[in-house]
Parts: sequence; C-alpha cells; structure tokens
Amino acid sequence: MRSPDPGKAALFLLCLLPLGGLLWDAASGGLGANPVEALSRRTGDWTLRLLLATLAVTPLRRLAGWRWIARQRRMLGLFAFFYACLHVANYLVLDQWLEWAEIVADVLERPWVTVGAVGFLLLVPLAATSTDAALRRLGGRRWKRLHRAVYLAAGLGVLHYLWLVKADLTPPLAYGAVLAVLLLARLPLAAALRPALGAPSGR
Amino acid sequence: MLIRRPDPIPASEITDPALFRRRRAFLRYAAGVLGAAAVPAAFAVPGPHGRERLEVAVRGRFSTDEAPTSYASVTGYNNFYEFGVNKRDPARLAGSLRTRPWTVVVEGACERPRTFDIDELLRRFPLEERVYRLRCVEAWSMVIPWVGFPLAALLKAVQPTSEARYVAFETLHDPEQMPGQRRRILDWPYREGLRIDEAVHPLALIAVGLYGEVLPNQNGAPLRLVVPWKYGFKSIKSIVRIRLVPEQPPTTWHMAAPDEYGFYANVNPDVPHPRWSQRRERRIGELRKRPTLPFNGYAEEVAHLYAGMDLRRFY
Repeated sequence: MRSPDPGKAALFLLCLLPLGGLLWDAASGGLGANPVEALSRRTGDWTLRLLLATLAVTPLRRLAGWRWIARQRRMLGLFAFFYACLHVANYLVLDQWLEWAEIVADVLERPWVTVGAVGFLLLVPLAATSTDAALRRLGGRRWKRLHRAVYLAAGLGVLHYLWLVKADLTPPLAYGAVLAVLLLARLPLAAALRPALGAPSGR
Repeated sequence: MLIRRPDPIPASEITDPALFRRRRAFLRYAAGVLGAAAVPAAFAVPGPHGRERLEVAVRGRFSTDEAPTSYASVTGYNNFYEFGVNKRDPARLAGSLRTRPWTVVVEGACERPRTFDIDELLRRFPLEERVYRLRCVEAWSMVIPWVGFPLAALLKAVQPTSEARYVAFETLHDPEQMPGQRRRILDWPYREGLRIDEAVHPLALIAVGLYGEVLPNQNGAPLRLVVPWKYGFKSIKSIVRIRLVPEQPPTTWHMAAPDEYGFYANVNPDVPHPRWSQRRERRIGELRKRPTLPFNGYAEEVAHLYAGMDLRRFY
C-alpha cells in the first residue's frame, strides 16, 4: 500500500467531471434533440483530449521540468481509454443497437469508422498492460515499445474525427496541431532547446 | 403513398393534439382577417410558441399522419451553416437575420421576371399546411408541419419560357446578418437547384411557417424551399433569388464534395453516402433506427420523374 497522493485523487476527480456532465445532461435533457449523436461527440472529444493530455506528460516533464507529472500519466491514459470505451459502447448499443451486420459493414465500408475502430483496438493492449505486474512481466524495454502504439492511436483518432466532419475542419485540425506539437517536442532538437527555455534540468 | 405508422414518439415529445386543434379552431375563427402576416404586429396574437400565427387556407393536403417532431427539436436542431456548424448554433445566432423588409427576385428564362416582397407573397398565395417527413443526409429525420404554398404557384406567376429547364436558388449572402458566412466553410451564398419538372411538382413547397406560426429564423425565415423526397440540404433556406436557367446550376454541397452530394440527392437507401449508410435513419425523438424508404416514402408521387434514369449515377 502506497501512501495516498492528493494530486492523484484530485486528478481522478477531474477526469470524472466530463462523465458527470454527461450524466447530468442525460438526466436533464441537456443532450438535445439527438442524444446519441451528442454522446458520441462528447465521449469522442474527451477521448482525444485525454489522449493528448497523456502525450503531453513527457514533453512537460522534459521541457518544463515537471517531474511530478510523470506519476499521473497512467491514470490519464486509462481515462482516455475509459472515454473511448464509452464512445464505442454508445456506437454499438445506442447507435447501432448491436446489429452486427450493420456494424461490420460500417467498419469495412467507411474509412473513418475503420480508422476509429483500429485506433480503439490499439488502445486495448495498452490498457491491459497498464499494471505494474504487466510492466514487470514484459520488461521495461518491451513495454515501452508496445506503448509507443499510443502515438499511432492518437493519430488515428484525429484522422477519424477529420474524416467525419462535413465542412468545418477546424476542430479536428486543432487536435491534429496539438498532437503534432506534442510529437515534435519529443525530437532531440526540442531537448537541445531546453536550456534556452530556462527550464530546470530534469535530473 | 403516405404510410400510416403507429405512433412511436414518447408522448412528452408531442405537442398536445388538443392544443394543436385549438390553434386550428382559432385560425378558422381568424379566417377573413386579411392574413395573419398582414396584420400589424400590435394586433397579432402570438401562437403557443410565441410567434405570429399564419392563416392556413388548405390543411393536410399531401400530409403524412405521422406524429410531428417536437417544436423544440424542429427549431433547436438545425443545419444552417450560415449561423454555425453545430446543430444548436442557428437557434442561438439566427436572431441577427432581419426578415423584414425581404424581397425575392425571380428572373431568368421567364416572360414576367420580377421582385416579390415577402408580405406580398403571403397575401398572394393561399397558405397550406403540409406535414412532411424530412430526411437529412446525416441519417436523421423529422416530421414537420410546414405552412407554405406550392413552388409551382410562384413559378407560374413569372411564366417560364421553354428555355427554363432548371431552377436555381440562392440564400442571402450578408456576413453581417449571417455570422457563419464570415468563414469560408462553404462557397457562399448557399445555392441549390431543381430540374423544372421537380420544381413544379405539387410536393415542392415554399415554406413560410411551421406549426401554424411564422417560420423561425433558424428554420430558414422568411421563406425556404421544402423538397420532401430529397435529402434536407436541397431544401434551401432564406431565399433571395430564384433563377430559371437552361443548364443544371452549380449547387453548394455538390461543389464542396461532388462525390458525396449529388445534384439530385433523392433519398435512396440503396446509395450509401461515403460516411453514412442510408439504409436506416434515426427519427429525432426516437432511439432506435427505422428503415429509410426510397424517395423518403414519396415514391408513388415522384418516382415517375426519374423513369429511365440510373439513380446510382445520378445520385
């Protein structure tokens, strides 16, 4: 038993807020005329936001020197997966009513659904190996390699959104831009800039 | 064929029929008044949704008896990109649209091109109520009690020539009044078009109201097209110009993505949109999807217009 971490507890509650908002709106009619679409939109948005938050951990630790943040990464990642699960469950149950013929056809025929499905499936092994035990069993190096799949999953998530939009590409492109920045921040060049940014050394 | 269906919408979503009928009783009582729209606003008694009532001369022609979608959904869930891309934006932002004075130019291949004032149109053509299904290309649908007059009546007034093979429509272009037009999300002004035989089909309606009252701005005030056998985007809103033309006119969504939005855009469950299967639809107010009908259930009336055409090619 580790000592309680107040930061972790606060972040846990923070990550539950979007769910609380969804439940509140569902109960009060705040999801509007098409609640299934609203649920899909909002769970999808929170999946992407939390994926990006997860990917922001390493750059923030390296460039800003926020060492404490690394401890919160697993929870952010798991919450991203949690909202992805709600997103997929909403699609399967409330949108498609578990009509598997329609679902299979949708996944095979529509690239944006295909991309979303692949992105989600990529997150499953990452969530499954999120425990300390799994990390030990896999070994740090293999675990790390496996968890690089999150880059691909986030990219597919942005593409999934981009392909869905009819005309105004701004919101998915904004997610894409943030993702690009977070990935670029991992390059050696960014690390070399660290002293220039005035951040304290990470070690 | 107007298909009778059981009433699957939760009772809470439906305007109380008694209330709806009382409104009708009032309208009958009010008949003889020159027309609600012509009555000075000070004397106009607003309807239950707070908007000016319209005098309806003909009721129910071509109407489905399916339960209308709730007023809140019809007026709160709109695609009207001139006011933003989110479904709630138009209800929030369309207040900046000024619908008086408003004129509609009808021109092109016709004997008597002219400009109509909206209030003149309301006086000139007897208003009908038409309860139509509306099917959006995004696979949701509604049932809407429109008030309007046949497009054919308006076109007849300008006497189209034999050159007139298509009808082109344009929405107002004024970013001051339509804040969504400040961004080039689409190639403004919004444009749509019909073949002339589609345009003079008795189902094609110019709507000026819904639920017995004046059309709210987010629904395309002061006048819009309603073509119930086609996907919703064909039913252009807030019309300022109608042009009779010899060639198929460019249309906004077709210009934006020709592989996704055809000129005809007939509701067709057999032709999938790249992003949505069109086999089923969600009626707003219901959770489960229902099968989509060819021509949105209006096949008996309109299928003959497309005899011999390959509707997979001319989607």
